[in-house]
Amino acid sequence: MNRRAINGAVFGALLLAGFVCVWQLQERVDAERAMLQLESEELTLHSPAVMKRLSLEYAPLLGAIYWTRAVQYFGGKHQEHNSNLGQLWPLLDIATTLDPNLIVAYHFGATFLSDAPPRGAGQPDKAAALLERGIQANPDHWRFYQDLGNVYYFDKKDYLKASQAFETGSRLPGTPVFMKIMAAKIAAEGESLETSYALWLDLYQSSTNKEVRKNAEDHLRMVKMQMDLRALNQIADNYERQTKRRAESINVLADAGLLSGQAIDPQGFPYVLGQLGRAEPNPKSPLRAEWMKEKK
Amino acid sequence: MGEFAAENTKYTETELKKRIGRSRQMERPFCLSRVAGCEHIVAAAVDDERWLFKNIYMPQGAIEIENLSKEYPYGFLHLKKKKSLEDLSMQVEEGEVFGFLGPNGAGKSTTIKLLMRLIFPTAGTARILGKPIDDVSMHASIGYLPEQPYFYDYLTAYEVLDYFARFHNLKADDRAARVEAMLKKVGLDTAKKIQLRKYSKGMLQRVGLAQAILHEPKVVVLDEPMSGLDPLGRREVRDIILDLKREGRTVLFSTHVLSDAEMLCDRVGVIVGGKLRGIGAPGELVDIKAQGMEILFELSGPAQNLPLLEKATRTGDRYRVQLPESELYTALDALKDAGGRVLSVAQIKPTLEEYFMYLVEADRAQASAVEVSGK
Amino acid sequence: MRNVPTVAANTFREAVRDRVLYNLVFFALMMIGAAILVGQISIGIERDVIISLGLTAISVVGIFIAIFLGVALVSKEMDKRTLYALLAKPVKRWEFLLGKFVGLVMTLTVNTAAMAAGVYIALWSVNRAWQPSDIYILTAMYLILLKLALIVALALLFSCFTTPFLAILFTAGVYVAGLFASDLRTVHGVEVDPGALRLVRGISYLLPNFENFNVMGAVVHGRSVPFALVWQATLYGLLYTTIVLTGAAIVFSRRNLK
Repeated sequence: MNRRAINGAVFGALLLAGFVCVWQLQERVDAERAMLQLESEELTLHSPAVMKRLSLEYAPLLGAIYWTRAVQYFGGKHQEHNSNLGQLWPLLDIATTLDPNLIVAYHFGATFLSDAPPRGAGQPDKAAALLERGIQANPDHWRFYQDLGNVYYFDKKDYLKASQAFETGSRLPGTPVFMKIMAAKIAAEGESLETSYALWLDLYQSSTNKEVRKNAEDHLRMVKMQMDLRALNQIADNYERQTKRRAESINVLADAGLLSGQAIDPQGFPYVLGQLGRAEPNPKSPLRAEWMKEKK
Repeated sequence: MGEFAAENTKYTETELKKRIGRSRQMERPFCLSRVAGCEHIVAAAVDDERWLFKNIYMPQGAIEIENLSKEYPYGFLHLKKKKSLEDLSMQVEEGEVFGFLGPNGAGKSTTIKLLMRLIFPTAGTARILGKPIDDVSMHASIGYLPEQPYFYDYLTAYEVLDYFARFHNLKADDRAARVEAMLKKVGLDTAKKIQLRKYSKGMLQRVGLAQAILHEPKVVVLDEPMSGLDPLGRREVRDIILDLKREGRTVLFSTHVLSDAEMLCDRVGVIVGGKLRGIGAPGELVDIKAQGMEILFELSGPAQNLPLLEKATRTGDRYRVQLPESELYTALDALKDAGGRVLSVAQIKPTLEEYFMYLVEADRAQASAVEVSGK
Repeated sequence: MRNVPTVAANTFREAVRDRVLYNLVFFALMMIGAAILVGQISIGIERDVIISLGLTAISVVGIFIAIFLGVALVSKEMDKRTLYALLAKPVKRWEFLLGKFVGLVMTLTVNTAAMAAGVYIALWSVNRAWQPSDIYILTAMYLILLKLALIVALALLFSCFTTPFLAILFTAGVYVAGLFASDLRTVHGVEVDPGALRLVRGISYLLPNFENFNVMGAVVHGRSVPFALVWQATLYGLLYTTIVLTGAAIVFSRRNLK
């Protein structure tokens, strides 16, 4: 080997060693920074107005970028099972300020801003504000009225406003009759399991967003379970009236021939009768935990 | 003044002026004194351009410069002014080779750029081929080689010449033929398909020359055409200039190399410090101070008491002595008597170079005098 | 006027042979490729992202070319003295300037068209189909070209009387300022001096309103662009560009070359 080759080899080895050091150092730095971020949740975001100024004439592209960031943020939080979605609103706020026609962002925000933790951010007011902006920029998009109605109905429990939202939406051209029906039903009954079921079902069938559909599906299961429990309780009450006794378990009711089908919840676990003979989800069912929360 | 006769009618000068002026636009003053005394003017002659040119219009130079001046503002807030050309007036005759001489920064390039309308004069006018320099159409009969030419890197010599040729409204075949001819003439025939960024300085200079003469202009203006060339290149450029002269074209070029000027020019103009110091044939200029005669001689025998020897300088066996012309023959006789051998007798003429240096020194002295006086 | 096409053709040829152009176009095509990737990670808006990233790339790269090459058009010729031999020909100075302008605009048109083709290919590769609203990408491209022509004119104007560095700075500055011109018009404030307000509004009309040429918001979401907008923007662009070029011609005609 001549001089030059040796020099070359030594130099190459030094470079390699240098890069290994840099790599290790970067890992340390990443760990430090991760700890830093745990302390403060604040992502460095500028105000929407500033971002709009900074974007010159490329606002739609920046809007798409912020929407992507929102999606990544949401996905990341879900993976960590972290229910603190505080930054969701600012990200969606900026994305929709930059591109007011970003329909999917409004739709996503409607569900996940207003839904209660751990599923969403629990900020129905912000969701409503977002949708109002969406309606202003896209007055022909009737689905926003549906989303708005959902927000008022499910999370703000304001049935007057909910009904009004469905009503206004139903007047736009091309809306299915579903909107009118819901408007009337909510105006008449306020909250009811049938209405809730219908609303979640329509959302599940019509939404193009995978996350929103999955969320609707979860809610559908809960509502179905509520409906099943209500039906079971009615049957149990009937039985008590007839036999002057409280049934001890579902099997008693089944043996009496009062059940038309299998009394299992949407996850496949059979219902049970708890204390006081009231129907309950099976202790082994994953739905029980949520049912317990809602009872409180 | 005089009276003139045409068609057996007599015209007064004013009437004749009016008659001539009506038939064409008068751009030039004309001098009637040349026809004064001529009693018969043929009837058609007054409308005959050629006759008028010959007899009435003043002889027109190819390039005429009148009181041309150029000032540059400089310094803080551009308040001070530097005069790069002061009140230049001269003419270049048709068919002559005229050299602008001067040290760097003297104003030669400035003059040429003013003529080509690359910069604008602060005062004065100029005409080329009778048309004012404002007239861009006149450029069709002028060729120009700029100082240190540089052309489009990515084009080949052929493409560059073709590009320039298009501005002269030549038909496509004509253009192609001319370009080929030019390339051959300047010796770039073999390199014509190579991109200019690969060219040496000498080759670029030749491309520059080619584009200057390709449209067969009547007047050719060259700014430092020999700069940066090796002796072979200089020889080639000299030959081209002589060719142009043979073809009857007017050539104006600037240089600070005196030997070139001496060899090529019919007349030279010396510019130092923005002012024209002298103008005339190279020989004329230096005749100003002939300084006598110089004898070169040898002495075979021992040096006798020759009064000549006291004034002579000696190198080896040779002696060189200078004396006024009047004393020449006495000295030669003395030498003959002393048995010396005369090698040469020559007139001491200051070369153009010495004249030049003398002018530069004079200008420098004046400039420092001005500084001292604070004006 | 005959000399204008000659200068234009030469400018185009020179730009094509200069490799800087290819690097920029390559960069733009890379951005378009990246758009396909971004679409994958951003749910629900792949098509939108491809169009918006593609149009952004065309616009940004085009502006870079317009400013840097636009300034170089005249200042490079002045620096390198190629201009000297040219102006000694029977060519008027304004013919030279106009020829340079046309040559660069032609170059930009070819580049922009190539990049737009890239966008269409990217759209096809994602959806295996085009939508009827995709035609409006061409409208956006046309308006971007109008904008680029105006920027070239501005670059020419500034390079005629300042150094290349300053010319680049000024042109970029006017571009950014021009984007905010429409905002200046809506400035209002109770305590602001009415005279100052009038001045600000006046400036907002004086500046080139580049927002006139921006239809990205509509095209990205597949909406149509009203024809009135297109011909009005065309007229505005032509008028403003003519004014700027005339100014440049006047300045250049009086300029003493070194």
